[in-house]
Amino acid sequence: MDILNFVKQPWPWYVAGPLIGLTVPVLLLIGNKSFGISASLRHICAACVPAKIPFFQYNWKSESWNLLFVAGILLGGLIAGAWLSNPAAMTVHPALAKELAGYGITNYQSLVPAELFNWQALFTARGLLMMVGGGFLVGFGTRYAGGCTSGHAIMGLSTLQWPSLVATICFMIGGFVMANVFLPWILAL
Amino acid sequence: MYKSLSQLKYLLAGLVFGVIFVKAEVISWFRIQEMFRLQSFHMYGVIGSAVLVGMLSVWLIKKFNIKTIQGETVTFQPKKFNRGQIYGGLIFGLGWAITGACPGPLFAQIGTGATVIVITLLSAIAGTWVYGKFREKLPH
Repeated sequence: MDILNFVKQPWPWYVAGPLIGLTVPVLLLIGNKSFGISASLRHICAACVPAKIPFFQYNWKSESWNLLFVAGILLGGLIAGAWLSNPAAMTVHPALAKELAGYGITNYQSLVPAELFNWQALFTARGLLMMVGGGFLVGFGTRYAGGCTSGHAIMGLSTLQWPSLVATICFMIGGFVMANVFLPWILAL
Repeated sequence: MYKSLSQLKYLLAGLVFGVIFVKAEVISWFRIQEMFRLQSFHMYGVIGSAVLVGMLSVWLIKKFNIKTIQGETVTFQPKKFNRGQIYGGLIFGLGWAITGACPGPLFAQIGTGATVIVITLLSAIAGTWVYGKFREKLPH
């Protein structure tokens, strides 16, 4: 099927970006909801381990749409991974491939590097730092900042909120510092 | 019953969003590394065009007072500035470059079969919980 093969190719930014942007009006118009994903982590805390902490004392059930939305993202990942995935390996910038080869990372078959993120790696210093440490920073940082790439960078900037611009700039600074200064050290572990 | 069925639209919206995430490779650790090394325009193009389309949509909704499908006026929550956006933003940025994923892509990565990312997600939930626990003591 030609259409299926066409869809299986990686989508260019000018197709994917506008489609992601359309999530903003879709959520506003189907239910007056502001696009944001990291709040789902707070709702999970409020639902499962509120532990009498004031920050988790609110009616999370009224925000259940957000949990359905992230469940949908997981299902979407499943569908795209199972039936729409690109059979060819990813192509990355030659300089990145060269750098990563130095850390023993040469497998480009999946979007998530198999050599870095797997169950065995979890019991190594590098894997533990990257999966447990990295995840913790993502969860702590997004809530401290009051949003993530979706809530601040996309929804916040779409509604011209300057605090979201500050947050987005800080996301980028943190990312640049980690990728270029600290990550090489972690990858070399 | 009708109310819970009508909530399924959010599941569907998330599903479509998840497929786009995967197909645009924005959930890829490699693409995030390229972005933070200025080796590819891809992620800048995705985020930039998403913001432009979002801005245009919000402008149109306000300009023509477009109502929700339930007939309500669309409301926007203003974000108030606090220093948390700086400190938290920097911390999230550090994590983003390690995991190669913001919260949304974590869910999509698990969906594509990278089951170990469940641990990253649980750790992110723990991070959110620790923030909630020590919120009063942190500078904002």
